[in-house]
Amino acid sequence: MSEMDTKVQGSAQPEVQEAAPSENKPKRDFTTGPLCLSGRGVTRVFGTGDKKKVAVDHVDFDFHEGEFVSIVGESGSGKTTLSKMLLGLLNVSEGEILFQGKPRDISTRAKKNEYWKGIQAIFQDPFASYNTFHKIDAVLLDCINMRGGKHLPYEKKVEMMTEACSFVNLKFAELTNKYPFELSGGQMQRLMIARIFLLKPKILLADEPTSMVDACSRATILDMLLSLRDEIGMTIIFITHDIGLAYYISDTVYIMEHGKFVEFGKADEVILNPKAPYTKRLISDVPKIHEPWDLDTVVEELA
Amino acid sequence: MGKVMLEVKNLKTKYITRFGEDVYSVDGVSLKIEEGKSLGIAGESGCGKSTLALSMMGYYFAPLHYTSGDIIIDGKNISGMDPDKVRTTILGSEIAYIPQAAMNALNPTMKIIRFIEDVIHAHNPKASKKEIRELAEERFAELGLGKEVLDRHAVELSGGMKQRTVIAVSTILSPKVLIADEPSSALDVTSQKMVIRMMRELMEKGYIKSMMFITHELPLLYNVTDDIAVMYAGQLVEYGTAKEMVFDPIHPYSHGLMGSILVPEEGTRGMNLTAIPGTPPNLKRPPQGCRFAERCKYAKPECFYTAPAERMFGENGTRMHRCLMSEDQLRDIYSKENGGAQA
Repeated sequence: MSEMDTKVQGSAQPEVQEAAPSENKPKRDFTTGPLCLSGRGVTRVFGTGDKKKVAVDHVDFDFHEGEFVSIVGESGSGKTTLSKMLLGLLNVSEGEILFQGKPRDISTRAKKNEYWKGIQAIFQDPFASYNTFHKIDAVLLDCINMRGGKHLPYEKKVEMMTEACSFVNLKFAELTNKYPFELSGGQMQRLMIARIFLLKPKILLADEPTSMVDACSRATILDMLLSLRDEIGMTIIFITHDIGLAYYISDTVYIMEHGKFVEFGKADEVILNPKAPYTKRLISDVPKIHEPWDLDTVVEELA
Repeated sequence: MGKVMLEVKNLKTKYITRFGEDVYSVDGVSLKIEEGKSLGIAGESGCGKSTLALSMMGYYFAPLHYTSGDIIIDGKNISGMDPDKVRTTILGSEIAYIPQAAMNALNPTMKIIRFIEDVIHAHNPKASKKEIRELAEERFAELGLGKEVLDRHAVELSGGMKQRTVIAVSTILSPKVLIADEPSSALDVTSQKMVIRMMRELMEKGYIKSMMFITHELPLLYNVTDDIAVMYAGQLVEYGTAKEMVFDPIHPYSHGLMGSILVPEEGTRGMNLTAIPGTPPNLKRPPQGCRFAERCKYAKPECFYTAPAERMFGENGTRMHRCLMSEDQLRDIYSKENGGAQA
């Protein structure tokens, strides 16, 4: 019991860190750690014959432990298909995904559940991420049970939930007996991060978690993700279409076009010196503050 | 100083809930748009941006109700007008409105030309189909959409094309004011750019006289509009030209907003993002003092019981902010903060 106590107290520190999370950000280089998730020739094909559509086309990637990776692309580029394959929600048509250096095996339900202890996700739409019939306590209790805390006394569980909520600036006492739909979008998304805090997975896959919240709550959520990374040391795979956001937050950026990675590398290299024409186009199409926005050169879209 | 196209004076509108409570979503907003100018409205969701747009059109259907204030479009006061009359005489010809999901407004069973006929017939029932087609073909060609779009159905067009088509249809009568409510936030960056370019063309070619652009994306506003107004909890908290607002924000709320801009440019990575904690106040019972006081880092005790008035400042007195502290005091605080961070 005493061990548990010290652990809880020890990890209550991020509250203090949160005030200035960006100060300790560029301390460590996360791009050279041990491999966490990698893919070799990962492909996904939808349909057959004339209707065959290759959504993800032989992509290779290496995500390291503790790395903040962004996958940037426009809609229809295959970002979401790739993320579903990473999560094991979609089968891989060709190629393989390696989890911590070993080929991933999710052939049975039990193995899948085991894999999901290592990888978790936050989705775009917080309103669609919760079961409307479950209270917030139930959502968080589920996470504790999943981490093997099923037989802990209830007070201990409450303590853990309170800690997780205070990590994301929510008050657990106010949340008990509430249903998810009684919260605002930003609060719901923060509660999602509280879930991740309790689950402590190896990998977090965040699929546009900030596109449905406001600019000022966005800053809070991004800072929380960064401090969560520093706290648990997990890999974060951040899927977005906002190249400015990807540049701000990530160590490594992968640019995706029509199911292929056209460019990848360290954020500074990719964004400030783009090589691929697609990356150049993406960057030039985004409105900027210090440079003029060139409206005249537009690649005509297909009608 | 150009001719004032749209003027709103101390506009107040409210929603009435099912329980009979009044929610003042737009509470004393005054603004002006001159000919050839565009105004951007920024603010977080729920602050009343869209309600302001609906109120300015005179489009009052329950639960939205008009309370007081004037809306003057090109010298004509439309406040308190019957909404059905507004629909046939004002909408389309004086003011055009593009909602966020405009592309979902297209009936999939109708060809694009039929929407244009609808719009024109609402104002001029005698217009012949041939006249309408000629006008539409000319306008679509000028805006780079192509005549063939007119004979297509909505499902044959991509998202960006649909959005541009809707803009072209809604401005077919050359309205004086175009109100665009997040016209590009559901689109890719490339389609967004094309929508913005088309709106610029509309302005340059004189099909619309002035524009109001509502979005929460600040880099976009900075590039598109001449002036920016920041809205919080039903009130405008600051107003100025785009450049002044982005580089020299005064009100603590707009300061926070401008601090959260993310663009793919050098220097973004090392930046400290400003997060504004908390949630906006409940407008059923608006706070007695400054509406932002609860979330404001710099709030003093008097902020909680004294409501700040609009304070004009700047070279010609063209900028406005709504804070108890003066602009110089606030600038001082910000520069000290920046200095502290660097040291």
